[in-house]
Amino acid sequence: MKLKGNVWKYGDDVNTDYIIPGRYMELTDPEEMAEKVFEEHDPSFRKGVKNGDIVVGRTNFGCGSSREHAPIALKGNGVSVVLAESFARIFYRNAINIGLPALECLGIHTAVEKGDLIEVDVTGGVVKNLTNGKELTFNPLPEFMVEVLNAGGLAPYLDKTEEW
Amino acid sequence: MSTISEKTLAHASGQETTKTGDFVKAKVDVALNHDVTSVLAFEAMREMGSNRVWDPDKVVMILDHVAPPSSVNSARVHNVIRDFVREQGIMNFFDVNSGVCHQVLPEHGFVKPGMVVIGADSHTCTHGAFGAFASGVGSTDMGAVLARGKTWLRVPETIKVDVNGKLDRHVHAKDVILAIAKEIGVSGATYMALEYHGETVSDLSVAGRMTLCNMAIEMGGKTGICEPDDKTIKWLDHCTGGPYNKVYADEDANYKRVLNLDVTGMEPQVACPHNVDNVKPVSELSKVKINQAFIGSCTNGRLEDLRQAHEVLKDKTVHPDVRVLAVPASKAIFKAAIKEGIIEDFIDAGVTVSNPSCAACFGGHIGLLGPGEKGIATSNRNFRGRQGSPEAEVYLSSAAVAAASALTGYISHPEVVQ
Ligand code: SF4
Repeated sequence: MKLKGNVWKYGDDVNTDYIIPGRYMELTDPEEMAEKVFEEHDPSFRKGVKNGDIVVGRTNFGCGSSREHAPIALKGNGVSVVLAESFARIFYRNAINIGLPALECLGIHTAVEKGDLIEVDVTGGVVKNLTNGKELTFNPLPEFMVEVLNAGGLAPYLDKTEEW
Repeated sequence: MSTISEKTLAHASGQETTKTGDFVKAKVDVALNHDVTSVLAFEAMREMGSNRVWDPDKVVMILDHVAPPSSVNSARVHNVIRDFVREQGIMNFFDVNSGVCHQVLPEHGFVKPGMVVIGADSHTCTHGAFGAFASGVGSTDMGAVLARGKTWLRVPETIKVDVNGKLDRHVHAKDVILAIAKEIGVSGATYMALEYHGETVSDLSVAGRMTLCNMAIEMGGKTGICEPDDKTIKWLDHCTGGPYNKVYADEDANYKRVLNLDVTGMEPQVACPHNVDNVKPVSELSKVKINQAFIGSCTNGRLEDLRQAHEVLKDKTVHPDVRVLAVPASKAIFKAAIKEGIIEDFIDAGVTVSNPSCAACFGGHIGLLGPGEKGIATSNRNFRGRQGSPEAEVYLSSAAVAAASALTGYISHPEVVQ
């Protein structure tokens, strides 16, 4: 699975309140969630994001609440993959579960700048920065998670899986 | 050889043993759902091809976050949940008058040692205080639990936190966990379990242990666990009978890290904006002027917290520039506090008392902060924007420190007001 897109770069500890504030937790429509993404943290994101763009964080990306609204809001804006040095565990699970690849990639934060065009080989474990030529490798996801992503998320995966 | 998590997850996945890094499909004993995350979980369950929850008796549903509703939309969400509960025959339903999920669940006997408790809420780790493996997940994971009664888990590494020493008079469980968070950092326990051991932990009440376990997630932890002892069983015997499957760590369990903490002579601790590990002793913050003090939440909205605040506030009046909000964590706590005269004294002191719920904790309901304001809160998160405006600042403390600060208008050590 190869994905190509432009980078939106953030720092450490991008928490779920930054991605979508608590007061929007009552929303149940993914499109409405998408409208609120980074509303206070980075309003330029919603205005500029294009289908396929890639979000890059540093450490502990997605820390905080268990709200699935956070990865849904990113995916709803066309984000194809989130890369970070490390993720908070619930965000990580949630992202995979809704079919948004979250990949731990050491060195990613220094290898890319905002706007760079990068290509991510999700199953091969390679990130290529097509803007500056840098290349990084990362540990590919466990097989089970790849199956979940290929199915489009845990819901469609389980829909087709008897044994669980 | 094994940690509590390794043993509990082996049992839950029908295996002799498990080890760190194994992926298991664990049977879930209790599935906790609340008003903010459950509607998405229902949808996920249906997308998984299931129209019925796997076992209605193991599902607990609570309306606690926006309770009673503060908007038309949240009222609508509550009704979607009430319909689901009726349609699925879920008897364990707690409506808006009940309190915060992590308090209500154990109080009603749903949590026991050795269980796997999965909640669509990040602070589900609170239930580790009873010796359970308890972890928070998102809505799709919860959908899978509702549909199949199982969840996938990676058996976590464990950090052993060994806390020893006697706590000073005004120093409480919250100060201990803030000191631990300072050491471990906001991501130092990511994907890991925290096991709390040591004489200080044994000396703490069950309520205090819930405070420790509650904040495991603030260090990235998958769960926080205390070994069950006589206090645990005495507490549980009030709300449930056995049998209890008590799980203990082996002497030679394999820990990723051991953190030793001596709390002798430690001051009350305060987490400063905007991260939970930005922790300072209270004495360094005496110049911080506050606009609001919030005493409540699943971290510190229990009876012993209200008592701590009461000891500081009774027969006094809160500072005129400070809004003070006290919110008991459950109906049972609310009633006990009324009976003990705490609530009346709070009201006389100028405190606004509200119904059991999450209230100001997550900035989605009552008690929000405006731009430029500073609040002290007994809850567990001080992220930018967590309690209202992104230009507000939140400090986290024990109830005793929050109450003292409410009196002076500045972040204060409880001893200065006595
Ligand atoms: S009190 Fe706060 S932390 Fe606890 S469940 Fe409610 S919103 Fe979450």
